Amino acid sequence: MSDTVSALNGATFQGFVTVEDAGLQGMITLRGDLGSAKLLAAVTAATGLVTPSQRKIVSQGDMAVAWMSPDEVLILTPYDQAGTIAATLAQALSGEHGLVQTVSDARTVVRLTGAPGSVREVLAKLAPVDLSPQAFEPGEFRRTRLAQVAGAMWFDDTTSARIICFRSVADYVFKLLCISAEEGGEVDYFN
Amino acid sequence: MLILHCPYCGVDAEETELHAGGEAHLKRFGPHSSDEDFETYLFARENPKGVHFERWRHANGCGKWFHAARCTATLEVFGTYSAQVTTPPQAIRDAITAKRPGWSWRDVQ
Repeated sequence: MSDTVSALNGATFQGFVTVEDAGLQGMITLRGDLGSAKLLAAVTAATGLVTPSQRKIVSQGDMAVAWMSPDEVLILTPYDQAGTIAATLAQALSGEHGLVQTVSDARTVVRLTGAPGSVREVLAKLAPVDLSPQAFEPGEFRRTRLAQVAGAMWFDDTTSARIICFRSVADYVFKLLCISAEEGGEVDYFN
Repeated sequence: MLILHCPYCGVDAEETELHAGGEAHLKRFGPHSSDEDFETYLFARENPKGVHFERWRHANGCGKWFHAARCTATLEVFGTYSAQVTTPPQAIRDAITAKRPGWSWRDVQ
């Protein structure tokens, strides 16, 4: 059995917030008609979660479902369960127009932890998104750009956020976040 | 800075999250069309000073194409709407009329 590693291979950085590789994360892309009862039932059966509404993420334990676009959701699972869950979903959706694909190794997840205002600030420096606590609460899921590449972000709680980007730009995104989180770069806008 | 409301994900996205897709509501003339039609389809574009309809893609976001009505002179945005239509919806036309009485674009008024 090969020893699977994530793109960032456990990298960490300590600035005024902590930037760290969130490790191996199972991810399944599901595309289809999010208005279809069969599809919604299949997601619930496979994950135990209800498909979220526009720009939301619902999570419980180590499972989560995120709204990506009007016809796409991203399902987060434990890494070693992604294949099985994807197969269950595909089975449940047979005959339905849709696509299920495991994308765990195509993407990477980075975690930010720190003081509530500081975590927001590190992201706000990089993305054209209103990150004020009123506008972006835990439970929101936002696809945007991080400097020059596409990414998605959400807050697990007030002191930690996770960022998803493509594996090919993992190093770029990690370094961006490190520079943004460097000591001495605090703006204290959200504090 | 142009800020457009994406009708698919509901985000007020700024220009750098979007990708411009050129003029809206073009009718495609492909194989077996006349040379004139094909040439017009390929090259002839509106270039108005004022009301204009464009296609935009929320590239760094939900990835969907949508339409926008805006003024090329002032960058005022009159509204955005679904990509699944071949002419501007009445609500958008009314919004433009309220601000630019007597406007026209191609044969749309």
